[in-house]
Amino acid sequence: MSAIKKYLGIIWLLIGPAVIFFLIYGAVLNIDPAGKKDINNPIIWIIIITIFTPIAIGLMIFGWYAFKGEYDHLPESSKEIID
Amino acid sequence: MKPTSIRSVIAASSVGTMIEWYDFYIFGMLAKTISTEFFPEGDPTAALLSTLAIFAAGFIVRPFGALVFGRLGDLIGRKYTFLLTLILMGGSTFLIGLVPGYKSIGLAAPILVLLLRLLQGLALGGEYGGAATYVAEHAPAGKRGFYTSWIQTTATIGLFVALGVIMLVKLNMSDADFSSEWGGWRYPFWVSILLVIISIYIRLKMKESPMFSKLKSEGKTSVNPLKESFSHKANFKMVLLALFGAVMGQGVIWYTGQFYAQNFLETKCNIEFEQSRTIMLWAIVFATPFFVFWGWLSDKIGRKWIMMAGMLLGILTYRPIFNTFLETTNVKNRVAADEWRYMAQSDTLAEETKVYGDSLSIKSYIVKTSTRGSYHVTLTEKKGQAAKTEYKNIKLGTFDYWYFIGLVFILILYVTMVYGPIAAFLVEMFPTKIRYTSMSLPYHIGNGVFGGLVPFIGLLLTTTFTKDPLVGLWYPIGIAALCFLIGTIYLRNKIDKKVTD
Repeated sequence: MSAIKKYLGIIWLLIGPAVIFFLIYGAVLNIDPAGKKDINNPIIWIIIITIFTPIAIGLMIFGWYAFKGEYDHLPESSKEIID
Repeated sequence: MKPTSIRSVIAASSVGTMIEWYDFYIFGMLAKTISTEFFPEGDPTAALLSTLAIFAAGFIVRPFGALVFGRLGDLIGRKYTFLLTLILMGGSTFLIGLVPGYKSIGLAAPILVLLLRLLQGLALGGEYGGAATYVAEHAPAGKRGFYTSWIQTTATIGLFVALGVIMLVKLNMSDADFSSEWGGWRYPFWVSILLVIISIYIRLKMKESPMFSKLKSEGKTSVNPLKESFSHKANFKMVLLALFGAVMGQGVIWYTGQFYAQNFLETKCNIEFEQSRTIMLWAIVFATPFFVFWGWLSDKIGRKWIMMAGMLLGILTYRPIFNTFLETTNVKNRVAADEWRYMAQSDTLAEETKVYGDSLSIKSYIVKTSTRGSYHVTLTEKKGQAAKTEYKNIKLGTFDYWYFIGLVFILILYVTMVYGPIAAFLVEMFPTKIRYTSMSLPYHIGNGVFGGLVPFIGLLLTTTFTKDPLVGLWYPIGIAALCFLIGTIYLRNKIDKKVTD
């Protein structure tokens, strides 16, 4: 199980930049000043990319931690978290 | 703790949280009227403010509120923090109902509404973590899931009350009276202040959480909850695990089952206003007790597999269920021999054609059937263009109506599975001194951002892949699948009996 956790970490690590890429690609493809739909609105894309970039980075960190074996053992008590 | 005391703790926390959800929802449900009143088309500044009011409140301000109030809750205590969020939410909701329209005060109107909406988002970001923590810290070890599940019912009951109040007001006046500048759409905002005053009174009488009081008396509260939550690797990795292994999937299942479903029935299936709402209301009534059931069960068998099962069921059955909605309301599937055409105004057996000059004619009628309900048809013929037929205001027959209630009930049942145990799950993941901060952020990113993006990504997918009317569902299915995988592999099913540390 530890090996699965570890190697799947690489996938989570790669999904992060892929999400950012597809969001920017989606923005470039759909932003249209003449359009009336939400997906044509640049402000919405800016908000979404701004909020999603740190989340995607969080997923990469999660993947990195998984790859390093940080999730092989989960804390049994708060003492392990605070110390 | 005495049973009566724990009941008051649950009631004081749940009622306030339910009111906060109600306040947050009515803005979204009345978005069309609010848009006409405060953000008129043609003014680009108003359009920009409207976009910010809709998107920034959910995506940016909610997680920010989680940080602001989470920190406050870990520094000064749960009781005063979630009292403050309630006052902020109730006050801003009431004030939205008092802002004069764009016609009266110009751009000041959308600016005020935007500010108040942002305050609402901020307050909502702080409320949930406080209520869940407060109840969990009063609950005995074997009943934490059961007691906190009452908090979990509030988001759905808030939706029920919001739907019900708006429907009651709307059904008792004409559309013009409802939508006028000082019309009926403002009543749900004004009602909020009464509810909030009652809830503040109840919450003021409550005592601080015993665990937080103990920490405070021992001088062991956190000095910098944000730093301790997100800079200390041991805790931060749990925040990430909570987000990607549980709350992210819960957020999309929650949004799809309640909001996407309602919007789908109204806009894709064209079901008329009253039926689309009563379908939701009935389904909520039947499904809500299951929040408590799954919370109770999670105390016996653990939280993890109940949440994962809810996600898996959503992943496997969303497309068949939504496809059934589409196929049942597709009028082309009806039997023509069973249909009669009526004029819309006089209800006599006929059809009405209006001719405008020699280039445009509009034929309209209502089709009634013996068992499958009715629908409005408009056939527009314009010279030089292909004829266009629109089907609107579909009214389901009795069987289909209850069939739809059953299917929406199933969708909300999945919501109860993922959402019922999650408060206890999050509370048990983090230490008392930084619990409010640590659980609030992943919760609001999961629900506000991942859940809130369901309609936007749905629209993006529908515009890109036009052939599949259900393509928008791949976003919630994909996120739930990713979360299911992470949760299944990385989470454990252990119930943490000791949350006092």
